[in-house]
Amino acid sequence: MDNSKKTVNVRQDFAILATQMNQQPLIYLDNAATTQKPQQVIEAIMAYYNTANANVHRGTYTLANNATNQYEQARTTVAKFIQATAEEIIFTRSTTESLNWIAKSYESKLQTGDEIVLTVAEHHSNIVPWQQLAQKTGAVLRFIKLDQTGKVSLTDAQQKITNKTKIVTFAYVSNVLGMRAPILELIKLAHAKNAITVIDGAQAMAHFPIDVMQLDIDFLAFSGHKMYGPTGIGVLYGKKALLEDMEPLQFGGEMIDEVTQDTATWQKIPWKFEAGTPNIAGAIGLAAAIDYLKKIGWQKIISHEQALMQATFKNLKTIPNLIIYGSQVPEDHYGVISFNLADLHPHDIATGLDLAGIAIRAGQHCAQPLMDYLHVLATLRISTSIYNQSSEVRKVAKILKELEAFFKS
Amino acid sequence: MTLLKLEQLYKQVVLEHAQNPHNQGQLVMPTAQIRLKNPTCGDVIELQVMIENKIITNIKFTGHGCTISQASASMLTNTVKGLEIKTAQKVITNFLAKISGQVITQADNQQLKDAAVLSSIAQFPTRIKCATLAWHGLAEILENEGK
Ligand SMILES: Cc1ncc(COP(=O)(O)O)c(C=O)c1O
Repeated sequence: MDNSKKTVNVRQDFAILATQMNQQPLIYLDNAATTQKPQQVIEAIMAYYNTANANVHRGTYTLANNATNQYEQARTTVAKFIQATAEEIIFTRSTTESLNWIAKSYESKLQTGDEIVLTVAEHHSNIVPWQQLAQKTGAVLRFIKLDQTGKVSLTDAQQKITNKTKIVTFAYVSNVLGMRAPILELIKLAHAKNAITVIDGAQAMAHFPIDVMQLDIDFLAFSGHKMYGPTGIGVLYGKKALLEDMEPLQFGGEMIDEVTQDTATWQKIPWKFEAGTPNIAGAIGLAAAIDYLKKIGWQKIISHEQALMQATFKNLKTIPNLIIYGSQVPEDHYGVISFNLADLHPHDIATGLDLAGIAIRAGQHCAQPLMDYLHVLATLRISTSIYNQSSEVRKVAKILKELEAFFKS
Repeated sequence: MTLLKLEQLYKQVVLEHAQNPHNQGQLVMPTAQIRLKNPTCGDVIELQVMIENKIITNIKFTGHGCTISQASASMLTNTVKGLEIKTAQKVITNFLAKISGQVITQADNQQLKDAAVLSSIAQFPTRIKCATLAWHGLAEILENEGK
């Protein structure tokens, strides 16, 4: 590992970075969609299957006990990562599933006229579950606007969060603008009205530490695969009292306490939510990803990513017809930057970049309401991670210039 | 190297159709219409047709999208205008076969007119949706008309 202050060099941990795409060295800049996985994570999953595989919470034999211990150890690792306790960590499939579970469980708790407050910058998976909840209960959705620079407007939040508000939910970091919501202030506004807060942490977890206690977060949802862990594992954090107050959403093995022919009682949290055989290897892989992040250390991760974002801005700014959405200050962007090049369609540009080995996203990024709000049809999006380097964004800028010339000629 | 490959996809004809699309606009009295959307990129195409005595007497489109989806819609309108429903359906089938990499006869190829050049998309699987959006839309209209 490179010990120079500003950047980290972890590229050797990611075998895929040495591969090619379209006969060009792969430049992977779609990390907001999913990050690549380091060898440490892949090996942890392999080691589990090779040495400890058994079903959890069932067998009386030693192997099953080992599997259970590893699975529960993973829960503890996740809990420590966000300063929660293990019983407050429920393993799900993804951010999407975590958000759906909360929304579903509030069907019995909301009524006509209640309000759910979100922002216009949400990912579809933090909009549609609330739309469904609103339709089923007669509650109303209210959207907080963004200010000129793309920041969630606290002035508007003060207007929208009222005595009618029961739930306030928002992405900690936007997957389109890459900007951080004023989380402390929003949570304070919500709690002042006795509303619960649901934080979509999908785009935050890989970029900076999160302390659910200090922020006083009620619910937090995130995905393993966006933080160097495997796909198919997600987390729903909830404050103990709130989780205890929630009914299970799925029923079956593992989650029950006692079953008769006609009735059943539930286990305590978190197990009452985990019906059936869980994604054991996924949980272990996620814990390995957390250990990996810890080993590098937040300070290094943050300074590497900031330096990279500065380099990204600097390079993109050399292209006259390129528009960056949201804040024009690199420090405001957490791993994500959306832009358009002249009036060229993002898909055409993305195909050109693809041919140069560059993977970036083009489209609406599962955020159609935000696209409407920004008055754009689609954007290009670069999203960076700890293994990206400034030479890569330099190449992106170079190819973008060539593509502009190609399509304009 | 990269640009060379790009030229295979964005042939001059394709760029011309995208920059100056044929049959763009709306019909006064369409007999059928359809709105198509590619949810990943947000492209939208609205296709309107005038069908009289089982013949496509007029066809126009509006919408916004990438070079490929616009060019392909423009080419489609040129190719099928004046054709009988049955013939147009065959042409669409041939087009879809060709751009998924299958070989079609010389005669069928000629019938595709400019759209034949879009066969280069077969090498760009991520863009096939863009190139087929309008064609799938017309296929749907014709299926309903044929009923
Ligand atoms: C802000 C945000 N929320 C939620 C999600 C959904 O995550 P997943 O697909 O892992 O459930 C994403 C993923 O793109 C996201 O960026």
